[in-house]
Amino acid sequence: MPELYPIKVQVNDNIYERLVETRMHLADFLRHEINLTGTHIGCEHGVCGACTVLVDGASVRSCLMLAVQANGRSVTTVEGVAAADGKLDPVQSALSKHHGLQCGYCTPGIIMTILEMQRDGGGCRWTEVEVRKALSGNLCRCTGYQGIVDAALEVLTPAAVTNRKSMRT
Amino acid sequence: MKPAPFEYHLPSSLGDAVKLLDTLDDARILAGGQSLIPMMNLRVVTPSHLVDLGQLSELCGINETASSLRIGAMTTQRQLERSELVRTCCPLLAAAVEHVGHQQTRNRGTIGGSLCHLDPGAELPVAAAALDAKLKVVGINGPRALRFEEFPDGYLTTSLDPGEILTEIEVRKAFPHEGHAFIEFNQRNADFAVVSVAILVTVVDERIGQIRIAVGGVSYAPIRLIEAEAALAGNSADDQTVDTAEEIASAVPCQGDEVSPAEFRQHLCGVLVRRALKQAIERAKAA
Repeated sequence: MPELYPIKVQVNDNIYERLVETRMHLADFLRHEINLTGTHIGCEHGVCGACTVLVDGASVRSCLMLAVQANGRSVTTVEGVAAADGKLDPVQSALSKHHGLQCGYCTPGIIMTILEMQRDGGGCRWTEVEVRKALSGNLCRCTGYQGIVDAALEVLTPAAVTNRKSMRT
Repeated sequence: MKPAPFEYHLPSSLGDAVKLLDTLDDARILAGGQSLIPMMNLRVVTPSHLVDLGQLSELCGINETASSLRIGAMTTQRQLERSELVRTCCPLLAAAVEHVGHQQTRNRGTIGGSLCHLDPGAELPVAAAALDAKLKVVGINGPRALRFEEFPDGYLTTSLDPGEILTEIEVRKAFPHEGHAFIEFNQRNADFAVVSVAILVTVVDERIGQIRIAVGGVSYAPIRLIEAEAALAGNSADDQTVDTAEEIASAVPCQGDEVSPAEFRQHLCGVLVRRALKQAIERAKAA
C-alpha cells in the first residue's frame, strides 16, 4: 500500500489540497497532480537545475524536495511569473531579447534562479563572473550561456551589458 | 515516482524525533535532503521510514558565546553563507560554505546534514576538522558531546548510533592574528571537491604560532596533517616554511579512484596546501 499524506500548498495564486504519496517529489506533484508542466524535469538528482522553483521565495530543486515537505508553504513556478494579462516579466523579456534560449527546456529553471538573484541582489552591482557562478546550477545544452548571462546582466545590472556591448564593437 | 515507498514522520519536538528513531526499524533522518533525496531517487538507499526534522526550529540558528559560535544542526548552508556573525567570527567556515553546491541546494542543505552524510568530497567536514568543532548529539539515553575527530567512522559513516541526532555544532571564533584559507580543486564549479584544504594559522612576530591543516578528499573522511602542524609551529612565516608544508603534504598517503587516482590527489594535496598556507599567512599578517 502506498503511504498517503494530506498536503495543502499554495502554488502561484492558488491553494491546492491533495492526498499525495509520501515518495512523490515536488516536481512530480506540480506536473502530475496539478498539471503545471512548466516546471521541467531533467536529471532528477539535483544536478541540472531544470526543475528549479521558488519555495517561500527561495530557489530550490523541486526534484530534491518531497511534496509533503511543501505542506503549508508557498511555491512559485514559471506559470506564476508573467502578469495575469500575459505580459512577460522583465526576466522573461530579457531572455527572449538576448536569445537566452533555444529549445527552452532549461529556461523555467533559469528564470526562477534569476528572479531569486534579482530579489537578493537588487541594487547590487553584479559582475559577469558572479552571474556565471550563480547560474552554474542551471545547465543549458543549447545556448553556450552567453545569451543567458547577457539577459541576467541586463536585468540585474543594466549598465554592465551596455558597457560590454560597446567594448565589443 | 522515483524513491521506493516509505512512511513519512514529521515530529514536532526533538523528544518525539528521538522516540521515533528509537522505535522505528530502518529509519533515516531527513534534514535538508540534498544528499538523501538524490540517493533515494536513484534508489541507492531505500529506507522504510523518514523522520523529517524540518519542524524543529530549536535546531535552527546561530548563537554567539564569548569564544565560539553555536550553530544548530538544521541551520541551512545559505544561512551560514549570509551570516554576518559567521563571516566576522569564523571566516574559515564562511569561506568553506561558498564552495558547497549551488544556491538552490544551499537553500535547503544543512550544516548538520552535510556533516552526518560525510561525503569524502564535502567541504563542511573539512572546515569542522580544522576548527576542531564540538558536536552535541541527543539519543534515547540523553545528550552527549563529542569532538569532530571522534565523529567519522568510515565511508559515509559517522560514530553516531542509528537513534542519535546531531543537534549542535560549536566552532571556535578566530584567534587574534589568525589567518584562514579554504581552497579546493574540482572538475566543475560547485562540484564536490576532488581535494580540499582548510588552514588556520596565527602569525606573531613573523613566526607561525598555532596552526591547523585539514585535508578532504584523500581518505574516507577529512584528515588533519598533524605531522606538518608540528613541524611548522614556531617556524618563521616565510616561503621556506611553505615549501616544507608542501613537501610533507605531497607525501600524505591518498586513496584514489578511476577519475582521480591516488597520485593525482597526492599532487593536489601538496599544491593546495602550499597555496592555502601562503594565503592564510598573508591574511594572518594583515589581521
